[in-house]
Amino acid sequence: MTTKQTVKSHREPLFHVAKRDDMAWWQAWLIRAVTIILSVVAVGVISMMLTEKSLFETFEIMYRGVFGRIETGSTVMLWKYLQEIAILLCLALALTPAFKMKFWNCGAEGQALMGGFAAMICMIELGGKVPDGALIAIIAVASMLTGALWGLVPAVFKAYFNTNETLFTLMMNYIATQIIAYYVYIKGGGSNIIQPVTHGNLPVIGTNRYLVNILIVAVLTVIMFVYLKYSKHGYEINVVGESQNTARYIGINVKKVIIRTMIISGAVCGIAGMLLVAGTDHTINTKTVGGQGFTAIMISWLGQFNPFIMVIMTAIVIFLRLGTAKVADTCLLNASFADIAVGIVILCVVGCEFFIRYTFKFRHKKKEETV
Amino acid sequence: MSKQPAIELRNITKTFGKVVANKNVNLTAYHGEILSILGENGSGKTTLMNMISGIYFPDEGSIHVNGEEAVITSPKDAFAYKIGMIHQHFKLVDVFSAAENIILGIDDGKYNLKKSTEEIRKISEQYGFELQPEKKIYTMSVSEKQTVEIIKVLYRGADILILDEPTAVLTPQETTKLFEILRRMRDDGKCIIIITHKLHEVLSLSDRVSVLRKGEYVGTVNTAETSESELTEMMVGKKIELNINRTDVNDPKDRLIVKNISCINRQGAVVLDDISFTAKGGEILGIAGIAGSGQRELLESIAGLQHLTEGEILYHNPKTDSIDNLRDKTPVQIRELGVRLSFVPEDRLGMGLVGNMDIVDNMMLRSYTKGKSIFLQRKAPKDLANKIIEDLEVVTPGASTPVRRLSGGNVQKVLVGREIAASPKVLMVAYPVRGLDINSSYLIYNLLNEQKEKGVCVIFVGEDLDVLVELCDRIMVIGSGRITGIVDGRTTTKEEIGLLMTKSKEETKESSDDN
Amino acid sequence: MIVQFICRAILLGVPLLYGSTGEIITEKSGHLNLGIPGIMYTGAISGVIGAFLYEHACGNDADKMNGILAILIPFLCAIIGAMLMGLVYSFLTVTLRANQNVTGLAITTFGIGIGNFFGGSLIKLTDSDMPSVALSKTSQFFCTKLPFADDLGWFGDIFLSHDFLTYLAIAIAIGTSFVLNRTRVGLNLRSVGENPATADAAGINVTKYRYLATCVGSAVAGLGGLQYVMAYANGVWSNNAFGDRGWMAIALVIFALWKPSIAIVGSLLFGALCNANNYIQGLGTETQELFKMLPYVVTIIVLVFTSMRKKREHQPPESLGLNYFREER
Repeated sequence: MTTKQTVKSHREPLFHVAKRDDMAWWQAWLIRAVTIILSVVAVGVISMMLTEKSLFETFEIMYRGVFGRIETGSTVMLWKYLQEIAILLCLALALTPAFKMKFWNCGAEGQALMGGFAAMICMIELGGKVPDGALIAIIAVASMLTGALWGLVPAVFKAYFNTNETLFTLMMNYIATQIIAYYVYIKGGGSNIIQPVTHGNLPVIGTNRYLVNILIVAVLTVIMFVYLKYSKHGYEINVVGESQNTARYIGINVKKVIIRTMIISGAVCGIAGMLLVAGTDHTINTKTVGGQGFTAIMISWLGQFNPFIMVIMTAIVIFLRLGTAKVADTCLLNASFADIAVGIVILCVVGCEFFIRYTFKFRHKKKEETV
Repeated sequence: MSKQPAIELRNITKTFGKVVANKNVNLTAYHGEILSILGENGSGKTTLMNMISGIYFPDEGSIHVNGEEAVITSPKDAFAYKIGMIHQHFKLVDVFSAAENIILGIDDGKYNLKKSTEEIRKISEQYGFELQPEKKIYTMSVSEKQTVEIIKVLYRGADILILDEPTAVLTPQETTKLFEILRRMRDDGKCIIIITHKLHEVLSLSDRVSVLRKGEYVGTVNTAETSESELTEMMVGKKIELNINRTDVNDPKDRLIVKNISCINRQGAVVLDDISFTAKGGEILGIAGIAGSGQRELLESIAGLQHLTEGEILYHNPKTDSIDNLRDKTPVQIRELGVRLSFVPEDRLGMGLVGNMDIVDNMMLRSYTKGKSIFLQRKAPKDLANKIIEDLEVVTPGASTPVRRLSGGNVQKVLVGREIAASPKVLMVAYPVRGLDINSSYLIYNLLNEQKEKGVCVIFVGEDLDVLVELCDRIMVIGSGRITGIVDGRTTTKEEIGLLMTKSKEETKESSDDN
Repeated sequence: MIVQFICRAILLGVPLLYGSTGEIITEKSGHLNLGIPGIMYTGAISGVIGAFLYEHACGNDADKMNGILAILIPFLCAIIGAMLMGLVYSFLTVTLRANQNVTGLAITTFGIGIGNFFGGSLIKLTDSDMPSVALSKTSQFFCTKLPFADDLGWFGDIFLSHDFLTYLAIAIAIGTSFVLNRTRVGLNLRSVGENPATADAAGINVTKYRYLATCVGSAVAGLGGLQYVMAYANGVWSNNAFGDRGWMAIALVIFALWKPSIAIVGSLLFGALCNANNYIQGLGTETQELFKMLPYVVTIIVLVFTSMRKKREHQPPESLGLNYFREER
């Protein structure tokens, strides 16, 4: 009798959650698309409430912020949009092979910063001493090497001692930041600003200073897609990520793959750093990457490690960032509104995965049959 | 009916995705009896018991405890109904001590580890267990861990005990001891439910037997009124005789000579101890032993996946007539030596295949490095996938379906198909029919026999002694990492093998005690 | 000089201690909450908003302010703000089983956004020339020293001169250590982080523990943000001033080998390392920047060292970072 009392309070659950993996790809993408649209609308509604403008007006401002023209010049904002996409996408592309291998590289920030650092050193030390064409080649190699080095260190420890890579790569970011701070202080002569360097800048195609960055990343996107899907390396990355046991069974050298993949990941981050320093800013400071290394982690994951889907995700996130920044600017809100908006959308999309991977099962209560 | 039904299941149905694990199962167990739940691997025994213990929740049907309908949504509910389950895979926290594991989840007033430890000591003395409550789980042996699990349930004062394959990891002596304890509990008025697929255990221990087949309830019989053949028939559906075709060995040649190999695992325990044998081409060499006696390590050593501390593995190459030592070579190096070695590991989806990849990509696992190009060639694997799907009658929507979605038997067909397609000279298979239905099992036996006739050296690690005795030409028995005997498959008996399996434990124990 | 150095190290270390104690509580339940930096920001700004509103309600007059309310309001605001963020994180990762790393980073983005957004808005409201909000009156209440602190020389300075949040941080860390190791709740919590399937089978409500640990951990971490503003910064909020302390708190968790008692010493050490550059003679500003990477380097060394030694008791909770689904097959 006593046992009964303790259990009596339990009611039969109405439903329970079960795993599913039979959802068609289009259904999954429909859910994601709907979530993104709803969360963007939610962001619109929030900014509407803050600015007392109508929803339509809010989106109109957001649209202008991305596709409109800068008031004074003739530069179309669109280029700025594409440039920002290029940088964030480049970082996300860099992380993807590592993530596919289930190596949580949270160090894109530092790897890119170190790539930019190498570019900066080359530009300052070799600028004027070496023809610009050769200098750019040196910069490219140096950036990739330093980025790769920053990815290599945690990879070696992961491969040989199974050191937690999430935390290791995170720490590496701040070491990179302090190195940059040190360098900026020395070269900036106490002002903490390095004046833009004119040597070793990436070429300007036509009149557009962003075009070369965009083209480089476009090519990288295709290369990364092919690398992951059709190369033997990509296949090995996939096997190691799915099951290290299987990898060992078929004779893949797991340590080698981890280290090789992180060298690639770091090197591509280094390219992103180079695009930022040699291609865009022509100078460097601790905020050059500006936290995009972390946003890139989310992009790569939201894009399901598929470079082409990542392009779409990046476009959405940057649209939100620029659009809400414009809203904040126009309506005298704080600029950090953009961070909140991006945060909301990403949290929603992360949450919606649940409805793709799980399903609710309702209990059909059978009437007691008296046969 | 004078006896009170302790637990009653009515029309229980449970599905996982598209797989029906239990369908309309009805079952009754009484106080003061031992009920066996008998069924082949994959017949839904464990799923059913998991519903009683609150791990899963049934899709349909109801559970009644002591005559009242019970809603068991969590293990906590199960405890409240005095139901305790001892899982096949131990549910213990490795970094905790035995005592911490035992009191985990109990809320009985003040937290006092010392007092609880005393109580645990008392219980283990009462039943004659040997247990140090302060010992950390990760330093324990398998049977010690099981002891912890059993005391855990006793400590909670369970009335209904469910044991899932409790003897799979035990020596015969330990099994006998366990059975004595279980009988004592029954006489105490407890309701004991034991899940097993071993017939002799069922007959020697239980009062009644309920049989499941492919998730469905077949029937219940009194042990005293039944026989091994009747139970087998209930279990497998129709009366089957293990008529495995065994051809004569013709012209056996030494293919693999294993000399005095030893191996130590990560925890520092000796898992292989001075093993020597010769495997010949054109014969099936069976390997028998209690689970975890070193079978896995032995096969992995040959496949180049284990580091050996001693000994050598010599491969006699029939083409070049040269002899190569495979010790400390990686799988790639072994392949480069021209050794045609195929290996069907025990863990199919965790080692042999990649669950999330489709059949074509899984075909490439062995062969993707071929060619100088840095890109993958998917044409040949695709053809191979289609060929295997056709030849082995793999049930799948297509070659681009992830293998994770296939049923156990089809997964195994894909794996065995791939390994045989490499036209091996040595074929190692570990528990190839585990979880497979009868038809798939026979398909696998036939494939192995075919390979044998082609002159391949087949090494077969099995658990079902009947199969080993009928299929293999020679049977090597190992226990605790040592060879305890090699017998002729045609003349030996199950009993002889069983004896060899158990003899070893004693010997090893004595020798380790000396150290 | 040394006394001042130690006091400064304590002041710098306390936010880290809060952050890492909070993160230890969360990680013990098996959830790697990379949202801690954002949560600490949220805690800080929530406290600032609370204090700001209360100061305004009292007409910015320190005499009208009630000492207890002046402390209690920001205190509760910080806890509630941080807890809400923890709730979002646990809803996503526990109930919806979203990827913990991605969710955590999104929470950090979101939290820092919230901090700077409201911070920026407050700054605009005050119409001051400085890009900051000064809540010095509230800060004074927070920083009330213990009696005798001034009379006991160096002893008083080092042990008695701090704000009450500092003592609370140590009390919470010791309390957490006690709960984790000496109580049933702690045992259950550790089992949930080590092996949730086992905990579940033992009748422990894994979901409840994970929610609770994350929310309580977030609240504790949020107090770190508050302590930073009220004690370290003397009640002055300016955007991004909190900096990377959240990440350093996560680093401290590793350094402390998931033990709050070690975190107390560790936070002092980290505080000292962050601060050493100011006290070592003859350091140029540029070398000081290099010095600031010391805590991270030390953390990496500890991380590598423990992973090489492989002592079971020093490893992260076994299922850290993995979501639990009972019907997983």
